Amino acid sequence: MALSGVEIFKLLPKTNCKKCGFPTCLAFAMKLAQGGVDLEKCPDISEESKKVLGEASAPPIRTFALGAGEKAVKIGGETVMFRHDKKFFNPCAIALNIKDNLSDAELKKAAVEVANSEIERIGQKLRIDAISIEYASNDSARYEAAVKLIASAAPDTAIILNCKEPSAAEKAVKAVADRKPLLYGATNDNAETMAGIAKANKVPLSVCAQGVEALISLTEKIKSLGVEDIVMDSGAKTAKEIIEHNTQIRRSALRKGFKPLGYPVINFALRDDSTFEAALASVAIAKYASIVVISSIAKWKNLALFTLRQNIYTDPQVPMQVEQKIYKIGEPTDDSPLLITTNFSLTYFIVSGEVENSKVPSWLAVMDCEGLSVLTAWAAGKFTSAKIAQFIKDSGVEGQIKHKNLIIPGQVAILSGALEEKLEGWKITVGPREANGLPTFLKSRTA
Amino acid sequence: MAYAVPKEAYNGKVLNVKFGKAPNAVSIGGENAMPFLSFEGEIPNKPVIAFEIQDMPPDDWPDTVKNQFAGVSSDPVKWAQRCQNELKAQAIALRLISTHPDRENRSPQDAAKTVKDVLSAINIPLIILGSNNVEKDASVLVAAAEAAGGYNCIIGKAQEGNYKTIVAAALAHNHKIIAMSELDINLAKQLNILITQMGFNKENLITDPMCSALGYGLEYTYSVMERIRLAALLQNDATMQPPIAGDVGMYVWKIKEVSASESEAPLWGSLEERGIAWEALTAAAMLIAGTNLLIMRHPKAVETVQKVIKELV
Ligand code: B12
Ligand code: SF4
Repeated sequence: MALSGVEIFKLLPKTNCKKCGFPTCLAFAMKLAQGGVDLEKCPDISEESKKVLGEASAPPIRTFALGAGEKAVKIGGETVMFRHDKKFFNPCAIALNIKDNLSDAELKKAAVEVANSEIERIGQKLRIDAISIEYASNDSARYEAAVKLIASAAPDTAIILNCKEPSAAEKAVKAVADRKPLLYGATNDNAETMAGIAKANKVPLSVCAQGVEALISLTEKIKSLGVEDIVMDSGAKTAKEIIEHNTQIRRSALRKGFKPLGYPVINFALRDDSTFEAALASVAIAKYASIVVISSIAKWKNLALFTLRQNIYTDPQVPMQVEQKIYKIGEPTDDSPLLITTNFSLTYFIVSGEVENSKVPSWLAVMDCEGLSVLTAWAAGKFTSAKIAQFIKDSGVEGQIKHKNLIIPGQVAILSGALEEKLEGWKITVGPREANGLPTFLKSRTA
Repeated sequence: MAYAVPKEAYNGKVLNVKFGKAPNAVSIGGENAMPFLSFEGEIPNKPVIAFEIQDMPPDDWPDTVKNQFAGVSSDPVKWAQRCQNELKAQAIALRLISTHPDRENRSPQDAAKTVKDVLSAINIPLIILGSNNVEKDASVLVAAAEAAGGYNCIIGKAQEGNYKTIVAAALAHNHKIIAMSELDINLAKQLNILITQMGFNKENLITDPMCSALGYGLEYTYSVMERIRLAALLQNDATMQPPIAGDVGMYVWKIKEVSASESEAPLWGSLEERGIAWEALTAAAMLIAGTNLLIMRHPKAVETVQKVIKELV
């Protein structure tokens, strides 16, 4: 639970020595309470106070990396129940589950598919983040070989060791310890041994229980054995269990500051029907999973899941944007039409898509309006005639094309007069209000 | 450590709206908890999916979904029967798209006839949607409401610019109404207030805060819906308590992801499955944000979302 400034002050040396950079211990305490400064800035604080304060100031949901290296993904660290309250920070990792008893060729094929799953969307590179290797062979030598094979075929992908048999798990962990695999997992029966393996190899450990309440004693035990990076599986399998368990867990961590549930959640959304599996995984992504495991991937499915994750995790306060520049759509010539819009990525993608649909090669001038849509930007004074005129002049488009005709969005038809005054020699044409009117509009102009 | 399941105390409740005629009438809403959290409230009704049909051939729909209705889609009556009898639809949403001035600009009388024909061919509830042209809908939906008198339909969408005539017609002929505003919780609230101020019972109202497709503003719709639901339940805001509608199909089946061929977009994989997944995932997200009534197009997407619903209740 968060402490108030005064409560923190009581734990400080109260010497006002200023070594922390603050005039008094109280000023430092106040800043600490807001989370605006690091505890370590005070050199004289006692070990005992440090422990109390450290626990109290720890984030309600622990944050750590899944995997190692450049493509490791941060999980946990969420601070709100609803994205509109602030934002969701660390996008849910998507993992493919593979059974170790498949043939080597099949294992390799799946691993390569994951390694090559990256797609770019609205400027972000998105991919399947992890492979969960399931201990289905019941043969520890086979498991170790499968893990090694997958690790080398997908050299940057995070690994989840889906194995509850400690001796097999230990061999596998050792084989890929440098990849920081997530060990899955610890149950009531094996918790001590698994915690020992996780601790010795410095890897995170997932607990697996039946129900939310059953997680508590497990995470407490694992933590007391010295493992801090914990992931939780409440055993949720159906869509309903996923929503209910994950909601209870996140509420407990955020609202009650209940530490034993303050860890990232993993959900297994495994189904034979691939489309249904995608829908179920999207429920987990929207409702608080930090890792969702699925049983098959395909390009169409990945694209849909990545897009959903991107939507849920965008910052509601800072819209996604594209770069300001004159985009080419098709192979425009110096005769092709020139259109203008704002740099809100949604606007850009809709408008460029419709221009593409028209099959009329065009120039699309995208103006930086801090990621606002056309009308919002206009209402906020960022898409005004003066600013548009300046942008067109600075963009150098006048040297690129030989006509001086600019098509503006129908929603800001009102700007056309003022724009013609400010952009000397230019003719302004008001386009349709909705981008879906663009194909007809563009085709009729060239006809 | 002692643990108590953290439960939210909700003061409000989503209104229960029943539409259609016995024995196939359908109820939506009625819950007093956030979506599917039955550990802390009652969720008496499952979300309902209505199949969308149109009063003219869906030439502008991508092949993936258009082909599903080959042979019936040039006739709304056959199309409706196919949805009811073969696809086991719970409800049908008839979009009178031909009345749009940019389409065939058909008259309100033509629309009324289509409504009558469809109603006499089915026994499941009907949702009657205009073409989303604010001026034209004002007359088309009035004629449609009259033609559907006695069938307890849902008529939509009433918007800020045309709600007066539509609400009056729904009042006169005992229909429910979908009130639509554009992705703004305050506008949604204001429109509900304006409509109830005309003497329209709020228990006959459904809110459409405007849908958007996955990848095309879904996050705005998602959050507006969550906020509407929180206002209804936590703040007991009576103006925010109507059930929510998500008009998914029309927003999904016009974007690039559901129509770009595999050769055009080699990184996007199978077009067929991509389109279905797009509609199913958009709908699933709407459901968990609070949607009670979905309007969808592709039978396979509907089937998938039905499976999700089955697991959610
Ligand atoms: C989401 C939203 C916001 C978000 C911002 C989202 C964003 N990134 O822009 C937030 C909450 C931040 C916001 C803030 C504000 N908003 Co606002 N917002 C909206 C909302 C609901 C949707 C906007 C949107 O995303 N549209 C989707 C995009 C894709 O549309 P678009 O860019 O216009 O593009 C379409 C067309 O214009 C066309 N098009 C685009 N480019 C081109 C180019 C050519 C050549 C052609 C032909 C066509 C074309 O194609 C697209 C698809 O059809 C609208 C209501 C609405 N439904 O429009 C209000 C709206 C735009 N906002 C409005 C206002 C007033 C504001 C604020 C000033 C105050 C307020 N009400 O909160 C602030 C200003 C922001 C600031 N000071 O920083 C008003 C504008 C009123 C007006 N007519 O002037 C609106 C219309 C709401 C309303 N009715 O009051 N807003
Ligand atoms: S360094 Fe520590 S003791 Fe010194 S003023 Fe700051 S808080 Fe107080």
